[in-house]
Amino acid sequence: MPLIVPLLLAVVLFCIGVYGVLARRNAITMLMSFELMLNAVNLNLVAFDAWRLDGLATGQTLAVFVITLAAAEIGLGLAIVLLLFRGHGHVDADSARDLVEVDAVQQEKGAAT
Amino acid sequence: MTTALFSVAGAVAVLASVLVVTSRRIVHAALWLVVALGAVAGCFGALHAEFVALVQILVYVGAIVVLVLFALMLTKAPMNPLPGLTTGRSPFAAVVAAVLALILGAGVVLAFGNEKVKPVTHGSATDVGTEIFKVWVLPFEVLSVLLLAALIGAIALSQRKLSERSDKLSSSEKED
Repeated sequence: MPLIVPLLLAVVLFCIGVYGVLARRNAITMLMSFELMLNAVNLNLVAFDAWRLDGLATGQTLAVFVITLAAAEIGLGLAIVLLLFRGHGHVDADSARDLVEVDAVQQEKGAAT
Repeated sequence: MTTALFSVAGAVAVLASVLVVTSRRIVHAALWLVVALGAVAGCFGALHAEFVALVQILVYVGAIVVLVLFALMLTKAPMNPLPGLTTGRSPFAAVVAAVLALILGAGVVLAFGNEKVKPVTHGSATDVGTEIFKVWVLPFEVLSVLLLAALIGAIALSQRKLSERSDKLSSSEKED
């Protein structure tokens, strides 16, 4: 099998994940897009492992480690999302603006009044 | 034969992941994620990485998607289609993704255009397990510490504040 096939599939999956993170508004769907991106990385790791065959199973071991990391990441991410839901009643990433910087415009308005 | 299997699984994965990021029903998106991850597991199998494929199905489909579905349930995600699920900046996001795909794809084709993957089986649980516990023991242990940290972090995040809890306790006592 040409090595290019799994690599191109990984590129496509990663870019679909990038689109999802940028275009989605719901925090849980953003986390799902993160999972797609991590899967693309895993595909790359396994493909390069099958290509190099270094006898240490480096790529496959790293892929298993990345899967574990993804499990830890989604656990923490969903805990944060649930905390957001408890505080605000929504999981909308666009309107979670508690840490937003005060705009210069708003500062001027505050100075004027 | 492997290439054909891989291509079929890859096509399913791409289709399902497009549906994950474009579906207007959030629960459907989570269920398409199952199909996408399962198809990627099929790709791993076609690359002779059986252990990784099994772990993928076990951890991703078995644990992560169930976790996502639970989170959807706890955040009262609606079942009906939501037109506002994708923001108005999605054309911009599509342009960014397309440009990134072009750059990455060109780089990959230029660098690895002529390489071939030899069909050698080196991915059973025995092979990977031996290497993990022979060569990659230290990363493995570090990973277990990281998992513990993530566990403690998730518990600390989802715990209610002490004051809230005492408020609740006193109010329930009053009700009694």
